[in-house]
Amino acid sequence: MTVVQTEVGEQASDRLTRGALIRLRFLRNRLAVAGVVILAMMFLLAFGGPFFSKHRWDELDFLALLQPPSREHWFGTSQIGGDVFALTIRGLQKSLIIGLLVAVFSTGLAAIAGGFAGYLGGKVDRSVMWLIDALLVLPSFLIIAVMSPLYRGRTWLVFVVLLAAFGWMVTARIVRSATMSLRERDFVRAAQYMGVPARKIVFRHLLPNVASILIIDATLNVGATILSETGLSYLGFGVQPPDVSLGSLIAEGTASALTYPWLFMFAGSALILTVLAVSFIGDGLRDAFDPGSNKSKKKSKAT
Amino acid sequence: MSTSSSGANLIEIRDLSVTFPSEAGTVQAVRNVSLDIRAGEVLGIVGESGSGKTVMSLSMIGLLAESAKITGTINYNGVNLLELNDNEMSKYRGKEIAMVFQDPLSALNPVHTIGRQIAEALQIHSEFSKEAALARAVELLELVGIPRPAERAQSYPHEFSGGMRQRVMIALAIANQPKVILADEPTTALDVTVQAQILDVLKTARDMTGAAVVLVTHDLGVVAGLADRVAIMYGGKVVEIGNVDEVYASPAMPYTIGLLRSIPRIDGTDSSRLSSIDGAPPSPVALPPGCAFAPRCPAAAPQCDASVPALTPISPTRMTACVRQSEIAGLQSSGKLFVEGPRHVAQSSTTEAVALEVRSLKKTFPLMKGSVLRRRVGSVFAVDGVDLTLRQGRSLALVGESGCGKTTTLLEILNMVAPEAGTITVLGRNVAELSKKQRLEMRKDLQIVFQDPFASLDPRLPIGDAIAEPLDNFGMPKAEQNQRVMELLELVGLQRDHASRYPSEFSGGQRQRIAIARALALNPKVIALDEPVSALDVSVRAGVLNLLAELQEKLNLSYLFVSHDLAVVQHVADDIAVMYLGGIVESGPVDDVFARPQHPYTQALLSAVPIPDPKVERVRRRIILQGDLPSPANPPTGCRFHTRCHVRATLSPELAAKCVSDRPELTSRKSSRVACHAPLN
Repeated sequence: MTVVQTEVGEQASDRLTRGALIRLRFLRNRLAVAGVVILAMMFLLAFGGPFFSKHRWDELDFLALLQPPSREHWFGTSQIGGDVFALTIRGLQKSLIIGLLVAVFSTGLAAIAGGFAGYLGGKVDRSVMWLIDALLVLPSFLIIAVMSPLYRGRTWLVFVVLLAAFGWMVTARIVRSATMSLRERDFVRAAQYMGVPARKIVFRHLLPNVASILIIDATLNVGATILSETGLSYLGFGVQPPDVSLGSLIAEGTASALTYPWLFMFAGSALILTVLAVSFIGDGLRDAFDPGSNKSKKKSKAT
Repeated sequence: MSTSSSGANLIEIRDLSVTFPSEAGTVQAVRNVSLDIRAGEVLGIVGESGSGKTVMSLSMIGLLAESAKITGTINYNGVNLLELNDNEMSKYRGKEIAMVFQDPLSALNPVHTIGRQIAEALQIHSEFSKEAALARAVELLELVGIPRPAERAQSYPHEFSGGMRQRVMIALAIANQPKVILADEPTTALDVTVQAQILDVLKTARDMTGAAVVLVTHDLGVVAGLADRVAIMYGGKVVEIGNVDEVYASPAMPYTIGLLRSIPRIDGTDSSRLSSIDGAPPSPVALPPGCAFAPRCPAAAPQCDASVPALTPISPTRMTACVRQSEIAGLQSSGKLFVEGPRHVAQSSTTEAVALEVRSLKKTFPLMKGSVLRRRVGSVFAVDGVDLTLRQGRSLALVGESGCGKTTTLLEILNMVAPEAGTITVLGRNVAELSKKQRLEMRKDLQIVFQDPFASLDPRLPIGDAIAEPLDNFGMPKAEQNQRVMELLELVGLQRDHASRYPSEFSGGQRQRIAIARALALNPKVIALDEPVSALDVSVRAGVLNLLAELQEKLNLSYLFVSHDLAVVQHVADDIAVMYLGGIVESGPVDDVFARPQHPYTQALLSAVPIPDPKVERVRRRIILQGDLPSPANPPTGCRFHTRCHVRATLSPELAAKCVSDRPELTSRKSSRVACHAPLN
């Protein structure tokens, strides 16, 4: 009896909105869910790890220099006796946040700037394009280096903002040209004639249609940012020694990758795992957004 | 298998099957088709998109993609064309079997003059010197009616209009006196007045060469006028074949019956609702197990799904593929097949209230030159003095050929901003005087349905969200939105559970219904329909047209219907406005205008529309206009139509001179308004 009641009562709510559909399609994709789980575990490890670790990251064990992994030092020790497990976890904390935040910020900025420039055209387009061209011409590493004294001693999160600010231009150009061809399509015109404001047209119609570009861009950005951050550290900006990031650990460990593999391997694997998880999630999101993709479609009941 | 009649078989197709691999599965484009093409006949092959008609014609000339798997035989003069390699096939292509493609722009090489291209075709197959070939090319161009052929032979394809290019294609096709000319939708991309010209040229070409013509088209009217025999294709199979007169007079296969009943006719006497075929054509990837038409067939029985019906003779000249063949005639006479709907009654409650009024609307686009210093070198007069009046509860059709400015007019109205010149009044309010907020409110009352339902729906938005968009935009609470979306889906004949699907899961006809539901969401008073059925398959058009008529009656809507298809207009509209090169040349009640056109252009336009009835189509007098639509950047002086007018030649010299010097005003005459110095009737 109750079954019948729910069926009748559901009449008004049997429509799935786009958000609900995308969620469903994403959750149906096993790899994507695996990606989310891996990433969640990485965070858990990075922020919960210190509670289990026997050593602190800035603690040096002078009795164990360059030791391979053991019961005392799970991931071995570095040249000066630092615990590699503690260092990797310390690096992971920084790099996860830097990588993900920069990717989300720079792709988001690219989407908004490119989307509005392409859709609105005219003055908005010209000024955004001028800004893009100017930023592309300026050597971003140099600017960050010049500005670094200003921010010295402040939180390293400033660094996230700066990296994002110099990483969005190329994608914004791609998004702009994609939206320029989309805005001539009838469905955009239909929305205009319904009186839908520009802001909603960009977010509801244009950006979802360039979602694949944005997702791929964000996915690639995660790995690239983690690695490029090391370059900036050389210039005396960003994560400074003795503090570590995954990037700096990898950079230091590469030289002894064959002789003392544990210096390099664990940080390297952490990076690979992060990037892999992110690209699984990216793939899942892309398929969830794209109605033409077969992967996340419900298997038809007939077959 | 062949039916006995005059003319020996030129091409014998036996058990031809063509499949393509695709990501979605194997595409069964052509399935076990056996067909004869006789010497000197015109064979019409009619089918909707995906019915396999184009693939079949391409397989005859060996132009299918490498990935195609072809089985069966195509015999020409005792040679199986399917066994020839590309080199050997080249000896037949153009020489024995020639092709006229749908899109003449992409079929001609843009970097060579057309004279050279025709000469090349001649030199490949015969011993011609360069000079002789060029001279022959000029002769051929003259034959297909290209003015000043010697001069035009030096021109490049982009210097020709669409109609002229198609003439060139025909000249190319007949250059080597082929035995068979394959014409694949030769007039689909052209305007109706140009289509009439090209069909005429095709007839001439056939008479000159004595070649058999295979006319592949979706237009039953074109076939009626030109073909001797007709083959109807559906789901990769020929489902009915026979002499044109017999097939049109007494169709035997339910699909043919439905198709002929569902197309509006320009000479239709009553405006009865069209009978429509349910559903959509099957996908060639997932064809039904038995008869491909069974899922849509009103006479379907269990035995229809058992096996694919074979093409069997029902008279010496006809064959059809239907297992219930013996019962069809009975079912048809007892009115069980494709019953026509109730008559469309003109609204008796029609008020004189005006829904939409346009007065001397003007819109020009600047012509710019130079890349660094851009300067204006002229204007395109897209819309130049348009007057329209749409009364509440009625339908006004705006008709004209492509490039006449009808879509620009529509977009100007929908933009709801002050036009360049003239006034636009929507529901009694001048749009130029609206504030931003008032304009937004006004948008509730005026909505649009676009031509192409594949472009007008966001591919990444589920249709429920698409229909809810206007509701959301005007601040309706979510729960009410859901309720309204469900109501709308049912109103346009879709199901509630369709709401959470994406547009790609729907057929063209269904998508157009979704677009209509979206337009109706805010309870508008006026709906602008921009060629709402021209992008749809023939068999689903009737369903959408009937839906529009039904909605108009139910919701008291006013339609502004933009179309180039006069048969559709005759069926749906109450009033008509005929547009030529930016201006209205005639307007009035649709019945009066169609029965007694007063402007020569209206008369020519009406006579150019082919009627899907061979008896009528072959005997009626047609007016074939000369030339093409002049460029709106440089319109003729005086009456815009005087350069192509067939009546002007019969006028007194003074009046004829007036046509060139003075532009006629739109003035009331009888029940209509006409802009002509020498109106007819």
